[in-house]
Amino acid sequence: MFLADVIGTVVSSVQIPLLDGEKLLLLRPVAPDGKAVGKTRIGIDRAQAGVGDRVIVIDEGNSARQILDAPNGAVKTIVVGIVDYVERDGEYIYDHREGTSVSLETPRKKVGA
Amino acid sequence: MYLARVIGRVVATTRSPGLEGVPLQWIQPLDERGEGMGDTLVAAAAISSGPGDLVHFVDGREGALACPEPFVPVDAAILGFVEEAAVGAKDLADLEHRPAEEGDSTAAREERSHRPRRG
Repeated sequence: MFLADVIGTVVSSVQIPLLDGEKLLLLRPVAPDGKAVGKTRIGIDRAQAGVGDRVIVIDEGNSARQILDAPNGAVKTIVVGIVDYVERDGEYIYDHREGTSVSLETPRKKVGA
Repeated sequence: MYLARVIGRVVATTRSPGLEGVPLQWIQPLDERGEGMGDTLVAAAAISSGPGDLVHFVDGREGALACPEPFVPVDAAILGFVEEAAVGAKDLADLEHRPAEEGDSTAAREERSHRPRRG
């Protein structure tokens, strides 16, 4: 499992039947301090999350199939929780209870990266 | 699952058993800006997508599960068309936000998006 910021929504009406009615979120994986790490991906929402939330994501097939109760489903990425706060060394490095929202700004690519 | 743009078709007459009739398409994964993210790859298509379409795909073992025969050597599969991918006020599915090719005009991009599909 890893943390990710919900930065957008994805709408798809023609897709495999298993995904019908599922809300798809655009997720940017982040380190606990909020720094973007890894590739932006799409996850199925099972936590009533929305844009601006920091969430817990599972990107593994067996867990996903278990959650969706689909033993042969082609699914992998699922949003399973909304993060209230992240504490490190006694300090809150992210606190959703204060109404903070994640940044939707996309970090610029490094030149030549 | 990731966002991707279908950039071409791949035709292979000789295939592994079980993959007969499965369309193979060449895709470029995209980030939240609609720009290319990582290498292009070949994916099996579970939908009738074609070049120019914005789609979402799954990678790994789950790719094979999207095929008619689930025990096949496939590690990426297109699962659906993306009608809308909203990041803030921007919709990546809008033609306006498609990455322009060099020397590309809006008319040429529109023509490409409405090009009739073969096969």
